[in-house]
Amino acid sequence: MNLTLKIWRQKNAKAKGNFVTYKMENVSPAMSFLEMLDALNEKLVRENEDPVAFDHDCREGICGSCGMYINGHPHGPVPAVTTCHLSMRYFSDGDTIRIEPWRARAFPVIKDLIVDRSAFDRIQSEGGFISINTGSAPEANLIPVRKADADTAFDASICIGCGACVAACKNASAMLFVSARVSQYALLPQGRTEARERVRAMVSIMDELGFGSCSNTGACEAECPKEIKLTNIARLNREYHKAY
Amino acid sequence: MEKLVSKIPDGPLAQKWTKYKASSRLVSPANRKKLDIIVVGTGLSGASAASALGELGYNVSNFCYQDSPRRAHSVAAQGGINAAKNYRNDGDSVYRLFTDMIKGGDFRSREANVYRAAEVSNQVIDHFTAIGVPFARDYGGTLDTRSFGGVQVSRTFYVKGQTGQQCLLGCYSSLNRQIKKGTVKMFPRREMLDLVLIGGKARGIITRNLVTGEIERHGAHAVVLATGGYGTIYYLSTLAVNSNASAAWKAYKKGAFFANPAFIQIHPTCVPQMNEFQKKLTLMSESLRNDGRVWVPLRADDERRPNDIPEGERDYFLERRYPAFGNLVPRDVASRAAKERCDAGFGVGETKLAVYLDFRDAIEKQGKKVIEEKYGNLFQMYKTITGSDPYEEPMRIYPAGHYTMGGLWVDYELMTTIPGLYAIGESNFSDHGANRLGASSLMQAAGDGYFILPNTINNYLAGEIQQPKISTDAPEFEEAERSVTGRINRLMAVRGTQSASAFHRRLGKIMWDHVGMVRNGKGLEEALGMVAELEDEFWKDLLIPGSPDELNHELEKAGRVADFFELARLMITDALHRRESCGAHFREEYQTPDGEAMRNDREFAHVAVWEYAGEDREPVLHREKLVFEEAEMKIRSYK
Amino acid sequence: MNKILFSSVSMKFVMALAGLFLLLFLPVHLAINLMLLKNDPEPFNSAAGFMSSFPVIKVIEVILFAALLIHLFYGIYLQIRNWIARPARYTTGTRTKVSFFSKFMIWTGLSVLTFLILHFFNFFFIKLGLVPGNPDDFYSHAHALFKIPAYNYIYLACFVLLGLHLFHAFSSAFQTLGLNHRIWTPVVKVFARVWSIGIPAGFALISLTLWLFR
Repeated sequence: MNLTLKIWRQKNAKAKGNFVTYKMENVSPAMSFLEMLDALNEKLVRENEDPVAFDHDCREGICGSCGMYINGHPHGPVPAVTTCHLSMRYFSDGDTIRIEPWRARAFPVIKDLIVDRSAFDRIQSEGGFISINTGSAPEANLIPVRKADADTAFDASICIGCGACVAACKNASAMLFVSARVSQYALLPQGRTEARERVRAMVSIMDELGFGSCSNTGACEAECPKEIKLTNIARLNREYHKAY
Repeated sequence: MEKLVSKIPDGPLAQKWTKYKASSRLVSPANRKKLDIIVVGTGLSGASAASALGELGYNVSNFCYQDSPRRAHSVAAQGGINAAKNYRNDGDSVYRLFTDMIKGGDFRSREANVYRAAEVSNQVIDHFTAIGVPFARDYGGTLDTRSFGGVQVSRTFYVKGQTGQQCLLGCYSSLNRQIKKGTVKMFPRREMLDLVLIGGKARGIITRNLVTGEIERHGAHAVVLATGGYGTIYYLSTLAVNSNASAAWKAYKKGAFFANPAFIQIHPTCVPQMNEFQKKLTLMSESLRNDGRVWVPLRADDERRPNDIPEGERDYFLERRYPAFGNLVPRDVASRAAKERCDAGFGVGETKLAVYLDFRDAIEKQGKKVIEEKYGNLFQMYKTITGSDPYEEPMRIYPAGHYTMGGLWVDYELMTTIPGLYAIGESNFSDHGANRLGASSLMQAAGDGYFILPNTINNYLAGEIQQPKISTDAPEFEEAERSVTGRINRLMAVRGTQSASAFHRRLGKIMWDHVGMVRNGKGLEEALGMVAELEDEFWKDLLIPGSPDELNHELEKAGRVADFFELARLMITDALHRRESCGAHFREEYQTPDGEAMRNDREFAHVAVWEYAGEDREPVLHREKLVFEEAEMKIRSYK
Repeated sequence: MNKILFSSVSMKFVMALAGLFLLLFLPVHLAINLMLLKNDPEPFNSAAGFMSSFPVIKVIEVILFAALLIHLFYGIYLQIRNWIARPARYTTGTRTKVSFFSKFMIWTGLSVLTFLILHFFNFFFIKLGLVPGNPDDFYSHAHALFKIPAYNYIYLACFVLLGLHLFHAFSSAFQTLGLNHRIWTPVVKVFARVWSIGIPAGFALISLTLWLFR
């Protein structure tokens, strides 16, 4: 199929960006979205032009590197997939595809479609851990964990930190991300000991870094490639209120 | 020969590690904060090492090329992590895990290291549980295990099909704890481009800031490489597309010996290639073989849909060839068997390079719900990629390059032949021999990082407490930086017509065809010539747009591909030297009449350790003789 | 202390509590307004009189105003922070599926506020003596107002907007308070819908009845 791509090009953080139009011919529906961009880049390189920069790594939907705003959706129109797993069979011949980077104050653009998501790491480093030194862990089966709790903790812990929730939210809020982390630890007895300190610290840094607040619109849940649930945000709220 | 001192403690196997820890030198807490350590890589081994060393009080600098340490490719491991807990009361023990690994590695790994890996495996599980890894549990609240990867006990702990992700995020969380404490400083989006030696000791690294293009110097009292494997040498592999061999390769060229480079595991259950632009083959966890049955049609070129092929016209070739282990034979055996069927014309799908992995019987027996509970996310992933639903129709799978057992040679302390340079996790060679057993990579990586390195590195650093901070103004840093810049400029200056990826793809094809699942002398010789030719072309016709002073993915790729050419030649040289079939290394000349591997213990019961001898000179081979005092050397048989 | 008071989660918490409190006031007001439908002005006027003289109600009135102001100021403050959180907007319109009314809370909220101010001029300020009028006969006053078509238009529009505001606000408040339950949350959601349609509809019907049928 033949496609028209309108891609946000921005040379670096300080430069002004704009959309550039590219024509792609003979795109195979068996390609993934990123492979389609790879093909475009190969073409650009052959013409000695600067290829479109985008983050990507594992290409199997788990590392969370990739992510772009495609036709009004983070990670494109198909629910529950990352951009690397977005198949071109969901597009049709003659389509125009608009591709933008995530946009949020806390995620400044580095180049083209690459944004700086280190704010997520900052949030994690404020409290996203259990303070146990290597070597001091008790026998693994000493503390039983209710299966349902372990499973719910897992459902929260599968967040890949791609930032689609922030990208989708009209407030650029990171609540879904933070709540997933808080939930994982709040649900496990191992994490309860410092649950209060954790949630306070993580919410505080989240605000400080310039993310918006949650208006419960559900955009994050709708676009999360890992289908993290809004119930985690309720849990975060609950944990936070309990912490004071 | 005296360069290879493996420093294995004396005494009975089971006592070695305890004895080592009791007698190695220590660094007092007050001195630790004066010592700097560089850890390159933030996967399971890198992040765990950085955090454990940070906990001890060392000053750690941790580097990764990704935008966040959480993205290292350990994240993609699926199936599980082994430990000798014997929670199932099924006869498991540290000793049995050790023998399984030795046997699985086809007697090409070092006994003492393997035993120790098995020994710390239980601590690893305890630790992960304590830091909040949500392992699968039984209704009673205790940890669940499953059987995995060709062993007869159920010792694999798992988190659905995302064990690697969860373990990595566990390590990432402990890393973050240290970042908050200030003991670890994180340097994301940095690529290590050279190792700096001062007075023969590893004293720092040169990195490129991948955002600004700046070349940076970092000094330390010790350098730890946790940079993973080099499976992307095949271009298409289960690895992350940016995974590369460069850090280990620079270390090799600075004098660290490289062991068994030809030992590279081909994983049997991957989603087959679907188009020519594909960059990556997605792994479908080996755990699927617990319930899935592998088959091809009995008739070659059978065009029917798989569900239309009646039971009598299916060839469950693994069950047929290996009745004792059936679908659960180790990875190398399963991979070769699939290749054999496809080469003989029985493959399925458009490319005929695939076999079926069928869950019909399992779904019938256990119900869809149970299967979904076990593999839901994998089935979902498969459907996302291929558009076909594995609950309805068998999966199509084909082997792909996966894990490198080979790597930098290390001694018992995980130190390379360069004093002060350590290699942990997949980047070293020590624990998996010629073939890795399923669910033992996470185990080894976390064991290395959390429990082994932090107990061995002191022995070296105790001798460094007099050494003041390493100045990056030293002429050695100057020189290293100059050579890095020089090479970048050389790459940029080629100004030819082809992209680095185009070369990588061609190199990968050569390697896959000639140095892949099966090798032979003639093919290897040919490959050597082809690689050299392609490398030549690379340096004449490469094209990198843009400049080196900015974010430039093409430049990054080109540097990695340039290193892959050199590594490819070493891999081939190693494969040529090893005139036997063992584990993942299958030389067609050395097989039994029924097509099984023929090991040659008399001549090749050694680790092949290669020393860089300089540009345009053949590497020098050293041999570390493998002595098996505990495990009895047997022919692997899964029949 | 600042961290607690001005963290986004706390502010949302307070907003939600205040909002829920305001929600409770609505059925009381509606019940009194229903008395407007009677032909006898006495019940309405005495209820209004009771509301403006009974001490407990006085206290609640103060809390109510405080709740209103807090809800208002926090709402505006958070909204401004939210706008700042995305300085560069997407040039592609979003196509993410969200609960529709959640997108316009600030606008529906501010519209309701505008009406409230008008409402204060018409009634509350009379009571306070800030605006001329007879505070003892709001019945006639109300009937007179509902005879003005323009007032009715504004009144009706306002309650539609209030309904839209509540449609999202009610269940959202529970989420913000952290009250989430496998069984009860869906129940709350249904209840919230009934409430957010029923109460504004009640007010609107009164105005329509007085305007068209009296």
